[in-house]
Amino acid sequence: MALIRDIAKVCKSKNAGPFELTLDVVFDDPALYQRVKASGVLGPELFARLYGVSANQVLFTPYDAASAFKATFPRLLPSGEVGDTDVYGCQQHAPLLDVDLPV
Amino acid sequence: MTEVRLLSTSAILGYGFPEASLAAGMARKPHMIGVDGGSVDPGPYYLGAGKPFCSIMAIRRDLRLMLRAATEARIPLVIGTSGGSGGEPHLQIVAGLVREIAREEELHFRLALIHAEPERADLLSRLAAGRVRPLAGLPPLEPEVVERAARIVGMMGPEPFLKAMEGGAQVILAGRSSDPAPWAAACLRAGLPPAPAWYAGKMLECGATPSIPKGHDCLLVTVREDHVDCEPLNPIRKCTPLSIANHSLHENSSPIHHVEPGGLLDTSGCRFDALSDRAVRISGMSWEAKPYTVKLEGVELAGHRSICVCGTRDPLLIGRIDTFLGEVRGIVAEKAAAFGVAPSQYKLAFRVYGRDGVMAEREPLRDASPHELGFVIEVVGETQEVATAVLGIARTNMLHTDFPGRLCREGNMAFPFSPSDIEVGAVYRFSIYHVLELDDPCELFPIEYEEV
Repeated sequence: MALIRDIAKVCKSKNAGPFELTLDVVFDDPALYQRVKASGVLGPELFARLYGVSANQVLFTPYDAASAFKATFPRLLPSGEVGDTDVYGCQQHAPLLDVDLPV
Repeated sequence: MTEVRLLSTSAILGYGFPEASLAAGMARKPHMIGVDGGSVDPGPYYLGAGKPFCSIMAIRRDLRLMLRAATEARIPLVIGTSGGSGGEPHLQIVAGLVREIAREEELHFRLALIHAEPERADLLSRLAAGRVRPLAGLPPLEPEVVERAARIVGMMGPEPFLKAMEGGAQVILAGRSSDPAPWAAACLRAGLPPAPAWYAGKMLECGATPSIPKGHDCLLVTVREDHVDCEPLNPIRKCTPLSIANHSLHENSSPIHHVEPGGLLDTSGCRFDALSDRAVRISGMSWEAKPYTVKLEGVELAGHRSICVCGTRDPLLIGRIDTFLGEVRGIVAEKAAAFGVAPSQYKLAFRVYGRDGVMAEREPLRDASPHELGFVIEVVGETQEVATAVLGIARTNMLHTDFPGRLCREGNMAFPFSPSDIEVGAVYRFSIYHVLELDDPCELFPIEYEEV
């Protein structure tokens, strides 16, 4: 088992437009990426659970060419809306850091 | 083989770049130099207020160096999304700086301004014709939303840039544009296919961001028929397959399908190959033409904001903070009503840093016990006067309200500033994020030429 924070080279969040948040996890070793992908731990259900959205709101895409996973789902509030806490959406990645991967 | 070399100086005009990097880039004889002028990322305020999010001083510095370099080398200088948001006031601010610098430096060139703030009547008739549809789960656009918007911009593709280049412009300042559009235009003009043209734009839109260590700096991209080569100009940085892969994911909902004006850039078959220890070749992208659409971005006024920053180091208060904030909220409602402000006229929020100030409801750590908490007390009122009046009451009662077991009887909060209360000004919200079908990619974006 290994935590994302210990084996990924990138784990980040950002706005994808003012209404959506996108999270990326990138590996630098294609073989490790393939093992992570095969484990099935990273998927719509994981993001749904960590971020309180329903799995069908999560656009989840493994990207083999970049050894990367991307998940995109609605922001809690649109960027800059009254009550928003993260206009750029770039500090929403922390719950992913401690996800344990069976690799 | 056709080859186009493009030099992007930084992530945003006004973020800065080392002069040595610009010089190194110019030595590679680029066909065009440019920089992205803005982004929707800093939120709705800048579009609504008509103000840039970089300082005039910082923008002037970057512009001066770029204008000198471009005119000396006789290559086009192209800036998309001028002034941060690409509305008319933003475009005019940057145009004013360009004229001022040209006067001071005795530079002469043909300038093109590409406008991106369509007339409301025009937008309403396009809406009535059924040519607008929502993005990101928004409701269909209603005419009232168009009418009450503070500002609406259309996001142009490469065609207006291409037209301005063909019109002989040496310096092109555009309003709101798709970030890759100016770069794609230069490639399309040279006869390169759309796939590498758009991909090159995606790499160039953020300056040296696709390199490591990340920093605001210059990037040179060489585009040929079936690939794109990326290389940073500063010797301390390098592009690696990982740094490029990371950037390929930037700010897009899908890593493989990039919807652009007039088509879809498909990157599922891309390869990232190291050309050296600091340059990377990307190949395998493809382009599928689609009906021509442009994004519309619009904002509306949401009120006026006043804030106060303070913090507590008292463990007794931290232990019962939710109850305490509820009590303060009740006192504020009562006292504001007493001076004639109803709860419907304002929104009061206590942002609690050290608890859930960053992630709000999505914060998973609910039982942490911090030794101090920071607060931003925030009031958004229907007027600035209401916001500031309600904030004053909230601040006073955060400071002085009693709680059971209270020992710190002189005050609950440490304030870092005097004055403690800050009038932030108008608050805007995104109200329009839709796409509009166009028959002619240039029809929404008039071009104005000027001999400087």
